[in-house]
Amino acid sequence: MKEMFLIIIFIVASLLGYRVIKEVPSLLHTPLMSGTNAISGVTILGSLVSTAYAVSSGSKFLGFIAIVLATINLVGGFVVTDRMLKMFKS
Amino acid sequence: MIGTYEIVSIVLSILVLVGIKLMSSPKTAVQGNRIGAMAMLAAVIVVLAYNGIIDVPLLWLAIFVGGVIGYIMAMRVKMIQMPQMVALLNGLGGGASALVALVEIFERYKQMTLFGRLTGQLALAVGAVTFSGSLIAAAKLDRRISQRPIILKNHGLISNAVLLIIILLIITASVANISGIGFIAIITAFLALAYGVLFAIRVGGADMPITISLLNSFSGLAGAICGFTIEDPLLVAVGAIVGASGLILTQIMCGAMNRSLVDILSGSQLNPGINKKEATPQEKVIDVEKTPVTAKKSPAKSPAEILKTAKKVVIVPGYGMAIAQAQSQVKALYDTLESQGKEVKFAIHPVAGRMPGHMNVLLAEVDVPYDKLCEMDAINPEFSETDVAIVVGACDVINPAANTAEGTPIYGMPVLKVEEAKNVIVCNLDTKPGYSGVKNSLYELPNVHLLLGNAADTVKELVESIKQ
Repeated sequence: MKEMFLIIIFIVASLLGYRVIKEVPSLLHTPLMSGTNAISGVTILGSLVSTAYAVSSGSKFLGFIAIVLATINLVGGFVVTDRMLKMFKS
Repeated sequence: MIGTYEIVSIVLSILVLVGIKLMSSPKTAVQGNRIGAMAMLAAVIVVLAYNGIIDVPLLWLAIFVGGVIGYIMAMRVKMIQMPQMVALLNGLGGGASALVALVEIFERYKQMTLFGRLTGQLALAVGAVTFSGSLIAAAKLDRRISQRPIILKNHGLISNAVLLIIILLIITASVANISGIGFIAIITAFLALAYGVLFAIRVGGADMPITISLLNSFSGLAGAICGFTIEDPLLVAVGAIVGASGLILTQIMCGAMNRSLVDILSGSQLNPGINKKEATPQEKVIDVEKTPVTAKKSPAKSPAEILKTAKKVVIVPGYGMAIAQAQSQVKALYDTLESQGKEVKFAIHPVAGRMPGHMNVLLAEVDVPYDKLCEMDAINPEFSETDVAIVVGACDVINPAANTAEGTPIYGMPVLKVEEAKNVIVCNLDTKPGYSGVKNSLYELPNVHLLLGNAADTVKELVESIKQ
């Protein structure tokens, strides 16, 4: 059941995402890409939980690296997108 | 089944969608991006609190380290370096997903369902491909390695073999309840890393927009699959949104280059060196080097004279403008023409530059108003009523041969119809073909003036000449 729910979420989110993103003009495609790229750092959620519950120190270490990488992705992506978007003036 | 966390996940996912929706207009885009960032921050806090791990110092340390590195990187990067920055960040996201999957496999494999095992292995593979592929793409864009496609002997065969083994390993590790799973997972990861490298090294410079878009999609997909493994609906939803975004951009880029995704992935049509010789019979090229193109035509009027009498001017920037760092000179040209009461617009081809929308960012940086930046479909009908089109560092995207030269790599690719303008001034480095290797038939036309050399210099001279 849980699995079906996740699959449905996946499909619905893909379709909604597709519709919304299709509307973004090519003018803003670079910031769109860096912005969604930042959002793909969402994997941090997984890394936080896995790392906290990991038993072996090897797993903890890998998890630690995963959080660092995901956070760079998130913070770097959002900040750089912000910098870019602020340049667009009419 | 649908508890608090699921509801919060749905709300935050909708927030992310609203953020992206606001990115459809430059007016609201800054806000949209910030809403996205806030949603992510909220998600992190919710996950920490919900799982009762908000007081684990290790997690905060990792967030702090990553946050500082990310912030510094983002503040220091130059706009011209944006493609490699995005590629790099993309790779890190993919790497993080792969690591999460690896940790899950190491720690929980015995308790996992078939679904969990399958998605875990899949997330590991997709994440690792994204990681290595993006790093290679970033290194290429940063010119740390050659921008030319690097093709090994039997390249396609090797990549397909690697891919096949990865698939077999994933299936084996999912179906059989085996003991050496950690070992298998590590092999899968290494093979996936190798596949990413194989995939990215044979992509050449101008195909990078497609590659980056595709890797962007992969990084979202890796996150979503990771979400399946750890049964986190928020991760699934947001990963899916990013995956869709990358997919759309990939489609747009492919359409704008008249290439199918399969061509890019399989590396066919990707060797301009070979294509140049084999595939340009139609062109019947007089060897470019020997033709004294500049001397050939001496039109009645000089570019400055033409510009002085022009009423409507369209500037067409390409990646050459970025390489020559001629954006400020182009802005000066724009200002000068505008101050003389002319109508000035910019025509932006979707694949001009090294990532989708690259030219817009570079021009926005030098304060060109965004409403002057026109998309190809909007500006193409206007060229026939344009007095002067000024090309700055663009070649393939303005090559009229794309309409006629059957069998060449650019045949069928939609191009900017600059040749329809009454006059064309080309500020390119030289008359060599662009990335496609197809000779530019525009240069031969009588209404075309070539100002060859570094665009930063030629545009500057052009500005000086019309000021007099």
